[in-house]
Amino acid sequence: MGASNSIEFKNITKRFGRKVANENISFSLNKGEILSLLGENGSGKTTLMNMLAGIYYPDEGEILINGEPVQIRSPKDAFRYNIGMVHQHFKLVDLFTAAENIALGEKGRLDRSRIAAKIREISSKYGFIIDPDKKVYEMSVSEKQTVEIVKVLYRGADVLILDEPTAVLTPQEIGHLFTVLRAMKADGKSIIIITHKLNEVMEISDEVAVLNHGSFIGKVRTSDTDPQKLTEMMVGHKVALEIRRPMPKDPKPRIVVNDLTVRNHEGVNKAHHISFTAYSGEILGIAGIAGSGQKELLEAIAGLQVITAGSIQYLPDGKKPMELVGKTPMQIRQAGVSLAFVPEDRLGMGLVGSMGMSGNMLLRTWRRGKGIFVDEKISRDLAEHIREELDVSTPDIMYPVRRLSGGNVQKVLVGREIASAPSVLMSAYAVRGLDINTSYTIYNLMTEQKEKGVAVLYVGEDLDVLLELCDRILVLCDGHVSGIVDARTSNKNEIGLLMTTIGGQQPSGSVPAGQKSGKEEQQDA
Amino acid sequence: MHNEKQPLFHLARRDEMPKSKVWMIRAASFLAALLIGAALFGVLGKNPFEAYGTIITGSLAKPSAIRQTVKIAIPLLGTSLALAPCFGMRYWNIGAEGQITAGALAATYFALHFGKTWPHPVILIVMALAACLFGGLWAAIPAFFKARYNTNETLFTLMMNYIIIGVVKWLQGGPWEGKPGSQIIPMFPDNAMLPKVLGVHCGWIIILLLTVFMYFYLTKMKHGYEIAVIGDSVNTARYAGMNVGRIVIRTVFFSGAICGLVGYLVTCGANGTLYDSVAAGVGFTAITVAWLAQLNPFAMIAISMLLAVLSKGAGTLQTRMEVPASVSDILTGVILFSMLACEFFINYKIIFRGQHNDDGPRGFAPEDGKKPVKDAFASNGKEGGR
Repeated sequence: MGASNSIEFKNITKRFGRKVANENISFSLNKGEILSLLGENGSGKTTLMNMLAGIYYPDEGEILINGEPVQIRSPKDAFRYNIGMVHQHFKLVDLFTAAENIALGEKGRLDRSRIAAKIREISSKYGFIIDPDKKVYEMSVSEKQTVEIVKVLYRGADVLILDEPTAVLTPQEIGHLFTVLRAMKADGKSIIIITHKLNEVMEISDEVAVLNHGSFIGKVRTSDTDPQKLTEMMVGHKVALEIRRPMPKDPKPRIVVNDLTVRNHEGVNKAHHISFTAYSGEILGIAGIAGSGQKELLEAIAGLQVITAGSIQYLPDGKKPMELVGKTPMQIRQAGVSLAFVPEDRLGMGLVGSMGMSGNMLLRTWRRGKGIFVDEKISRDLAEHIREELDVSTPDIMYPVRRLSGGNVQKVLVGREIASAPSVLMSAYAVRGLDINTSYTIYNLMTEQKEKGVAVLYVGEDLDVLLELCDRILVLCDGHVSGIVDARTSNKNEIGLLMTTIGGQQPSGSVPAGQKSGKEEQQDA
Repeated sequence: MHNEKQPLFHLARRDEMPKSKVWMIRAASFLAALLIGAALFGVLGKNPFEAYGTIITGSLAKPSAIRQTVKIAIPLLGTSLALAPCFGMRYWNIGAEGQITAGALAATYFALHFGKTWPHPVILIVMALAACLFGGLWAAIPAFFKARYNTNETLFTLMMNYIIIGVVKWLQGGPWEGKPGSQIIPMFPDNAMLPKVLGVHCGWIIILLLTVFMYFYLTKMKHGYEIAVIGDSVNTARYAGMNVGRIVIRTVFFSGAICGLVGYLVTCGANGTLYDSVAAGVGFTAITVAWLAQLNPFAMIAISMLLAVLSKGAGTLQTRMEVPASVSDILTGVILFSMLACEFFINYKIIFRGQHNDDGPRGFAPEDGKKPVKDAFASNGKEGGR
């Protein structure tokens, strides 16, 4: 690849115990280009980049910068070589302003005017929108990301690594991010984007490097490839990327939410006056920017949230309607409302990480044992059943689920919830961190439940999937219902607008994407 | 090939190890501690072999010595058992010292007032029940506040220790004082003392039965399951319909009741009276025992015995070889330190410059090396993702 190599990985291997995160990886990044690092979750993308950023140190192999072997032992070393990484989980001090965060770690006196001037210079050069004096806790997710990117540029990074930068952004914000990235590329910066979204890879990158299970599969010019080919590289075999979506059969109201307001544990209202109806035999998607009240809404229905106002009517088949507000989680579950909730840390709610599949099945049946003892037989049988049915790869049903791969953890959770034959199935981020095949298994499970007449509520992140999987999509914006659209006729743009603005109308003043919008705009429109 | 800029060593996380290797590391670290101890004796000009020999013979060679050692081990084991459910729930009860004292205080009330008049079995049973109840209630106060207002139980339970010890001090010099000015509570009548079995008060039978019970409680019973789930994730427990606050209070009450029982055994089994330092630091040492045993009740027996041997042996060492008892305390410290430190080497390995991390994939191992509790719901060991 000649003298234009800016960074080269040579036979890099990194292991965590027995797990090989990266095995013998060699490839290079050209100066002034955007490279996408593509691979499924757990394929070792972040691990590899963490070695370039000085977080991890490779067990074997070396990293070359401009042909010279270098030792990057700490993030400080990385900055000496002008490498900066924007992590998926932002590392900012909430109580500090943007400028303070950006200058954090600098030696010497804090010269605010000089810092502000430099930030302004960087922003205008690449087109960032940033207020140096705004506190981080007042910022939206995309603003925080901007701070992170400006931070690494401020420190003089020529090579930027962005770990899943688009995961938390709306389509409009992604568009803006890409504009900025192109401006940086034009300025001679090299950029590595970690992602698993194919359409973004095609749109932004010059080259694509693909990892699979810790191994390097290959590097191609983006112009020479297409999403289908990339998927095959990523997964290792052909996959049909299609979701079956039968029309809902005989939909009847199952859950009627009326004017629901939910307060979180800090006493802040996270959902405001929410009203909607979920029908049997239908998948109702729920879309929104992360933290717009999706979690609170589902938890409220499951009885896990403080409800300040409103009602949740549950209308089971052939039985009289039931008000869920005021019922305990146990009573709600026994009535047939099941929450297969997969939170951000996946094991935090719904599963017990240190227990095996068997112990986790007990979460549903632990009360059923005779007297003071738990009945391990029921749970063991159920665990064996699910292990077979969903092909869960575990050495033993006693093996701690924390040590299973993400896909298997998800199968355990969803499998257990479905096994209870619910009449309402709620699921959030059910495919987060899953490989493509397992994701489609989960989609199909949802569709099967729908065909059985279950009312499925599905909180998703990937708008493409929501549009393919769901029948209707409820869009949340800042805790309000921004709109409910027909998934068969809507598009990403419409949903994106609804996510950022209540009602989806851009006010005449044109608020930049990602800024919070109030109720006033709805009234303006 | 390896230029000088490479770091001298770096750490790599291990995944799992075969159980045999884990125990070998533990044995090696114990041996290392003994070697450090030997060096210590050497510096003092004593023959290390003789010193270790004296510790063993002093604590285990004669029946009378064994009885003494067992007497030291009883409260230690009992308190470690009491702490197991709390720690399993990740409720950091460091108030065992106070709960033991509370139990001893309640037992003493009945021994002093009704010890001579009530029939022998009745007085002993009433004393035991009172000790459990008061120990449990004393523990439940911080638990209530934890459940209701999410207060910090570590500080709260610690402070509760000082209060109850203060109360005993006041009783010693005030209402319960024996001879005026003596600052001592009178000895219990024999009628209010525990009978002896094989030369040691019958508390050892109670504690051994409790060990077996605790094992089943933690691994087979609904309560144990609830404790394990809460210890792993409070959110999951709520999701499963558990009333977390109630379970916390109930479990801590149970834990405090066992501590109270230990206080009862110490007063009417061994001491025959009550004084402010009745718990004698057991409430704190038991924390180490519980962690070293990774909350496995059977492992607690071995560790309590080891500490009792060291403690009893220290006395003999002092009289026979003129080694100060504090040296034995240092030895105990070194042993505990290296046993805790070895967990680090079980979880991590150090790769030196030029070495390769050749811990290649070997597929799944069916058992989890770090967990001695077989078939337990949960390990309670601290392990996290990367």
